[in-house]
Amino acid sequence: MNAVIAQLPVLLIVVSIVGALLILLAGKVNRNFSYPITLATISFQFAASLILLSAVMTGGTIHYYLGGWPPPMGIELVLDAFNSFVLVVILAMALLTAVWAREGAALDIPPEKTVPFFVVFQLLVTGLCGMTITGDIFNLYVFVEITSIAAYVLVASGRGARSLIAGFNYLVLGSIAAGFIVLGIGYLYVATGTLNMGELAAMLPASYGLATVHAAFLFLMIGFSIKVAFFPLHLWLPDAYTESPSVVTILIATTTSKVTAYAMIRVIFSVFTPQYITESFPVTEVILIIAAIAIIAGAVLAIAQDNLKRMLAYSSISQMGYIMFAIGIANQIALEGGLLHIMAHAVMKGCLFMVAGMIIYRTGISGIHQMSGLSRKMPLTCAAFALAGASMIGIPPTIGFMSKYYLVLGAVEAGQYLAAAVLLIGSLLAAVYIWRVIEIMYFGDHHEGGLHSGPEAPLSMLVPVLILAASCLLLGLFVDIPLEIIGPAVTLLLGGS
Amino acid sequence: MTEELFALLLTRYNYWMAIILMLIGLYALIAKQNLIKKIIGLNIFQTAIFLFYISFADVAGGTAPIYLPEGTGALYVNPVPHVLMLTAIVVGVSTTAVALSLIARIYQEYQVMDEDELLEVMRRP
Repeated sequence: MNAVIAQLPVLLIVVSIVGALLILLAGKVNRNFSYPITLATISFQFAASLILLSAVMTGGTIHYYLGGWPPPMGIELVLDAFNSFVLVVILAMALLTAVWAREGAALDIPPEKTVPFFVVFQLLVTGLCGMTITGDIFNLYVFVEITSIAAYVLVASGRGARSLIAGFNYLVLGSIAAGFIVLGIGYLYVATGTLNMGELAAMLPASYGLATVHAAFLFLMIGFSIKVAFFPLHLWLPDAYTESPSVVTILIATTTSKVTAYAMIRVIFSVFTPQYITESFPVTEVILIIAAIAIIAGAVLAIAQDNLKRMLAYSSISQMGYIMFAIGIANQIALEGGLLHIMAHAVMKGCLFMVAGMIIYRTGISGIHQMSGLSRKMPLTCAAFALAGASMIGIPPTIGFMSKYYLVLGAVEAGQYLAAAVLLIGSLLAAVYIWRVIEIMYFGDHHEGGLHSGPEAPLSMLVPVLILAASCLLLGLFVDIPLEIIGPAVTLLLGGS
Repeated sequence: MTEELFALLLTRYNYWMAIILMLIGLYALIAKQNLIKKIIGLNIFQTAIFLFYISFADVAGGTAPIYLPEGTGALYVNPVPHVLMLTAIVVGVSTTAVALSLIARIYQEYQVMDEDELLEVMRRP
């Protein structure tokens, strides 16, 4: 049994790639085979991630040398408290999205396209796992590109021709970002002669004064900022989230953006160090200011939208600002809040996008003003929206409240009272855009003729939504459980490697 | 001062070339209206990065890093950046393939390949 666990890190990626090929081959025989294989593969990965998390929590960091070649020569996979936590979160979200996709994929994907759709879906999950567990910075770039190329294809696979243009714009900006990332990696290699993250962290402090290292840091930051859609570089995101198939929006909003944020935090704190961003090259202040602008601007833009998916997309820009905010404060409590917010935002945004998809599935409407009285037709769906919305606003005792609470505590501890106020204003603005939808859903006039008759969405869509809505509440009530993992993870990040 | 700058220009010309190519690529990506030309710009941008990697790997007078029998020494060029760029080339090819197929689909839908015209066509109901 232990021999199997020792091989699990690499199996996570290998099984996923083989699964993607299997989907393609079995799909040639009968296209109905593709979905069960996807579900089975992602279930396996989720189970593996849980085993790895418990192994890391009891036995400490796991190092896996690919092909038995130790780091200076070979690539290593590293699992510590931080990335095994992220791994569990994203694979749980991928699994729930896959369950939702049983009926939900048919909404935008024509039947003859289901096989290629699930192949690319599986490849995206492969890339995400790779990004999370790799310990080699060039390997990180390769997995970023696997993830991104799969994401371009998925975004462009919507029914409308506009999704093609959204996909194309995403591709152009994403490729520029990838170019910057690979340039940054090149500078790091020139400065140190290694690509292993652990070795980089050990060797870089000697050359912190060099312009080469500063250039590397800036290129990497700009590249990752485009990929996570950090505020002024967010232009690809609203179209990509609005025009892509609902199932793709759920997957990308909950997993890709989170893993990219993870990669950014990993590079800042484990390749560079907290000392670098506070002392050698003080950028925390700048990050904090931009994050504050992102929080406010994203929320204001969200208020102005009528399309529900587009509103949630702008809200994502605002919420990613909260995660960046944690980097800007860079103390123990704020980073705990930031990591908690990675999980919280995945859970609640997944729930909200699923609800948006189910409303389109059942009634075909996407405009908020058309949704009046929807709660009488789809009571459970709307209740889930209300609960996840409450979490988005940050009403206690939801998980969204807990993460923002820690962020505010961290900001106050750092003496950044103005920044703490920005967080509260962001919450207030979130209340405006979320409440507007809830008000129309619950208190609007009910037009009997306007909506198709029919009960709630199918069970396979309802179950993941209800699980996520319940987690918004339960994770908030039992916040100690994720914090037990996040605490050591943050200590690890702040203490260097 | 100017002499130093001049020396810097001359001795590090490989980096300057990479930067110039990179900027040409970025310019095409931003300024060109035709979608295919944008992708050509993207390719130039990526190629500039390949050249940057390959040129910093070079060692003056170095030879190909082939394993020699015991006792014979030789000065090697660093092989790692070359290998990295093989991977990056594969990534670049895949990106280009996806981009071109997207352009083909956009052309099928709208019969235009120009960004401004595309915006105009999309505005029509």
